[in-house]
Amino acid sequence: MTTSTETIERLASQEYKFGFVTEVEQETIPPGLSEDVIRLISAKKNEPEWMLDWRLEAYRGWLKMSEPTWANIHYEPIDYQAITYYAAPKSAADGPKSLDEVDPELLRTYEKLGIPLREQEMLAGVAVDAVFDSVSVATTFKAKLAELGIIFCSMSEAIQNHPELVRKYLGMVVPRRDNFFAALNSAVFSDGSFVYVPKGVRCPMELSTYFRINAMNTGQFERTLIVADEGSYVIYLEGCTAPMRDEHQLHAAVVELVAHDDAQIKYSTVQNWYPGDKDGKGGIYNFVTKRGLCAGRRSKISWTQVETGSAITWKYPSCILRGDGSVGEFYSVALTNNYQQADTGTKMIHVGKNTTSTIVSKGISAGRGQNTYRGQVKIMKNADNARNFSQCDSMLIGDQCGAHTFPYIDVQNPTARMEHEASTSKIGEDQIFYCNSRGIDTEDAVSMIVNGFCKEVFRELPMEFAVEAQKLLEVSLEGSVG
Amino acid sequence: MRPIEIGSKLYAMLSIKNLKVEVEGKEILQGIDLEVGRGEVHAIMGPNGSGKSTLAQVLAGREEYEVTGGSVIYEGHDLLELPPEERAREGLFLAFQYPVEIPGVSNTYFLKAALNAIRKHRGEKEIDAVDFLKLVREKMKLVKMDESLLNRPVNDGFSGGEKKRNEIFHMAVLDPKLAVLDETDSGLDIDALRIVADGVNAMRSPERAFIVITHYQRLLTYIVPDVVHVMVGGRIVRSGGKELALELEEKGYAWLEQTVTGAAAAVGA
Amino acid sequence: MQAVAERVSLLADYDDFAATVADQPSPIADLRREGRERFAALGFPTTRQEAWRKTNVRRIAQGSFRRAPGELHGLSRARLEPFFLPDCAELVFVNGRLAPELSQPRQLPPGVIATSLAEAIAEHPDLVAEHLGRYAPIDQHPFAALNTAFIADGAFVYVPRGTVVETPIHFLFVGTAGEEATVSYPRNLLLAAESSQVTVIESYAGFGGDRYFTCPVTEIVCGANAVVDHYKMQEESIDAFHVAMQQSHQRRSSNLFSHSISHGGALVRNDIRAMLAEEGIDCTLNGLYLARGTQHVDHHMWVDHKAPHCNSYELYKGVLEGSSRAVFNGTIYVHPGAQKTDAKQSNRNLLLSRDALVSSNPQLEIFADDVRCTHGSTTGHLEEEAIFYLRTRGIGEEAAKSLLTFAFAAEVLQEIRLESIKKGLEEFLFTRLPKGDVVRQAV
Repeated sequence: MTTSTETIERLASQEYKFGFVTEVEQETIPPGLSEDVIRLISAKKNEPEWMLDWRLEAYRGWLKMSEPTWANIHYEPIDYQAITYYAAPKSAADGPKSLDEVDPELLRTYEKLGIPLREQEMLAGVAVDAVFDSVSVATTFKAKLAELGIIFCSMSEAIQNHPELVRKYLGMVVPRRDNFFAALNSAVFSDGSFVYVPKGVRCPMELSTYFRINAMNTGQFERTLIVADEGSYVIYLEGCTAPMRDEHQLHAAVVELVAHDDAQIKYSTVQNWYPGDKDGKGGIYNFVTKRGLCAGRRSKISWTQVETGSAITWKYPSCILRGDGSVGEFYSVALTNNYQQADTGTKMIHVGKNTTSTIVSKGISAGRGQNTYRGQVKIMKNADNARNFSQCDSMLIGDQCGAHTFPYIDVQNPTARMEHEASTSKIGEDQIFYCNSRGIDTEDAVSMIVNGFCKEVFRELPMEFAVEAQKLLEVSLEGSVG
Repeated sequence: MRPIEIGSKLYAMLSIKNLKVEVEGKEILQGIDLEVGRGEVHAIMGPNGSGKSTLAQVLAGREEYEVTGGSVIYEGHDLLELPPEERAREGLFLAFQYPVEIPGVSNTYFLKAALNAIRKHRGEKEIDAVDFLKLVREKMKLVKMDESLLNRPVNDGFSGGEKKRNEIFHMAVLDPKLAVLDETDSGLDIDALRIVADGVNAMRSPERAFIVITHYQRLLTYIVPDVVHVMVGGRIVRSGGKELALELEEKGYAWLEQTVTGAAAAVGA
Repeated sequence: MQAVAERVSLLADYDDFAATVADQPSPIADLRREGRERFAALGFPTTRQEAWRKTNVRRIAQGSFRRAPGELHGLSRARLEPFFLPDCAELVFVNGRLAPELSQPRQLPPGVIATSLAEAIAEHPDLVAEHLGRYAPIDQHPFAALNTAFIADGAFVYVPRGTVVETPIHFLFVGTAGEEATVSYPRNLLLAAESSQVTVIESYAGFGGDRYFTCPVTEIVCGANAVVDHYKMQEESIDAFHVAMQQSHQRRSSNLFSHSISHGGALVRNDIRAMLAEEGIDCTLNGLYLARGTQHVDHHMWVDHKAPHCNSYELYKGVLEGSSRAVFNGTIYVHPGAQKTDAKQSNRNLLLSRDALVSSNPQLEIFADDVRCTHGSTTGHLEEEAIFYLRTRGIGEEAAKSLLTFAFAAEVLQEIRLESIKKGLEEFLFTRLPKGDVVRQAV
């Protein structure tokens, strides 16, 4: 085997010994979407009948839905019949043979982010011969998790091996017909992660290193489901700070989280898909539905995201606070530069009593970037003593970009405590000049100001991730000030 | 009283000659001449829109202002050639009229970064944490500042008076050669004004010069200047000793404005 | 034709009133005419109007009130003792008219004027005409229009340039009524010239059971670089109506600290408006309202940020008992060009009973792109956990509640810079809280 994708497959197959991944044929279904295509996808994945029915039901729903237009984003219409819904992992033979063939601009970015050479090769799609160091890491990792009864595998494997759990939870938080993109995902989802943490188990590690590799092949319609049973605890890290080489333009992922009594899920994302070039050509359309259900009492779901990539980001990681005393959190940094557009935020639906939610959103717009915060806080009638704190700060760099804030508040219970803070500020002028006039040069000033601005969010990220995220912002903003 | 030698080449630390400045095509400074010697305190007074703050910002290096003529020599440097951070490192300090808030960046961290940038420029070693804290504590007493303001983000959530005191505190820590105070007295009540003035007076020395820009004569009873300049319509229309401030207080700006053709238009409502 | 009848009841003896002020200069007469016309056109507001949706003024509109300027009803300085403040220049008004025999002026710095509006109109007509009615809007505010129609007397302060007035100036407005309910329209004008500094207190007081209606309008002008501390204490009779407007107008680099304390009255509405007209202004508007029984208290705040580099801070807290009602409506309006605005608004309400109700509605309207605005609103009961915590430390339940209620209110008291007011309010709370004596010892 001489390709990186194959290496990954081998890694996966060795690890799980399920062999499913290797069975994938090197072929591609022609573009277009129909029931037949869905049947084919399901068959290729050797899925049980119920799964196929589930997909078909979603597809039939999708046909009756139309693409949402309320978001503050603009793009050329997507031709859903021109998309290939099933493609075998791309052969790296088409990719660059070595880093010498890779776009030097991309390499420069990797270097600045401090990404190890091996990982650089992988990310750039270079054929890699060597076995990853991660293999051994992943194996020990896997053994440790199994010991504790934690299930952590790909969604495809879960469908094969844990059908009872998948059937119980899939679509529980994001129903098949929840929205246009979620319905599409439900019909054609490729793969993703499945996590189940049993009662009382505290996951001893952040589920991340492994995922970095695994994520390569989850494709454009990723489906993730995380269930934390009573009193359990898990931290999940998604994504990577390095920009990924990716051929798909449309990404429509669905992530569902379920937390039972006293369980906690902390989900962190760093999204850095290809944003398009300086003139706004190309780039990923990232339409994601992420939602968590605090089903149990005193359960807690916390979303942290650093969104710097994609041409378009449409994403509202949300929490349904059903259990009494449950807690939902959303911490977000969204950066748009050049022609990027982001319409992101959260929904906090307070159903249970004494529920608490916190929203901290930091939007940074530079170049001609457009950044929209869209959030909803809903206090239902029986949600006594619900509390929400929202803070939405926007920073504009330059005068061709835009920041927009749409906080929707719907309070149906008079005992609610609501606090909202909002600010819009410009940097590039006063703050930099103030720093300059104290002897600090512009480059240090920008990094100081931007990191200060994002502090409340970075604080929520695991240390290592936070450092990477900081660097990522600096790289993404390069050349936009001064 | 010490004799004032306005324009003495011997003493000049700062020498401004026929400085002309435009903002968005409008000439705000129409030829300023000013010489400031070591150890001197110069007050610049004038009505709204006379160009006082523009002068302060130009001295500190604000880029939005276009210098269309004249020269500024500071300590032998062509000041206008230096970027703002270089000016700061050469010992020029501007106390802002509206100090800027920098959320998430602590006052201490900021000040340490600034002080080290200046020290590095002078070829000195970076200050260690213990010495820095000692220095900071000592200077805080000067402006009777609460220690909690040290760990709060720069000017973020500070009251108007606290911001102004923080500027004087920054000045005390950075120890400049020439300090330009841009309306540091505006918006202060009488107690805060006294504290700020005491801080400035404590820093007066034969080696340090001050340019005190103010709107209100009141400040000059607390910081007694060596020279008073009156700016109207982008020009210094009169200079004199501290008595000039008293004369202004009595007669208002009107009597000077009348002597400047067309300048009355520059006076805001 | 009920609406017309309502208007007539308050305007019925307007001609008699007009005759008493017929000798005054024409600008003031014009202003009154304008007020009268405006009120006639607007009529009393109804709950169908957005600004009055939660406050029904039917009891005022349908009531019958008699003007009774200066009727003392047996008042003496001794009886007013509870309302006085130590070390202040004190001017007492009864039913809207200055009562010199109850007042106690003090020596103030040269040039400072602290007197009745009636006297100011006579002695300084130009100064009054230059400012009176120039700030408080009457277009959409029926009660401000009504007050304007009846301008006759009230508080007047002028502090000349650069003058610092150490002695606080206290205006005490006492409402009295016999069998028939009365009405008064205090009109207050406070002028602080450039770089001056002054503390002014307006108090509104009455005695239990007296039924009357106070309808004041206060205009505050802070000249450039001036510092004004202003307190409004509303401790009307429990059966009184109080509908007031306050409009401040600030010029460059000025500071205004205005506090509104409200615990009297059956129906209370305060419109508190601030205009930050020029750059570099600080404006603090704080308030504390306490209501019980069937009291209704409404605060409508409106802060106009018109110029860059201005800060406004609002902290309003309410404590509600019984089946009382509170309304808080706060707008921060950032005009185009008002860059670097920093505006904070916070409204917190503590409900001590199940039947008390609060409606809190903060609003931001921002037309500039480099600003920071924050607003927050909370309504809730005492935290069970906090009560429990105190009880585990040996403090009885009732005392724990009193202590926590006091702590809640104390945040506003801490901001009060005039010691006598702060102490007075603390004392008031100690008396009012069920276990106030325990609190007094604890704090």
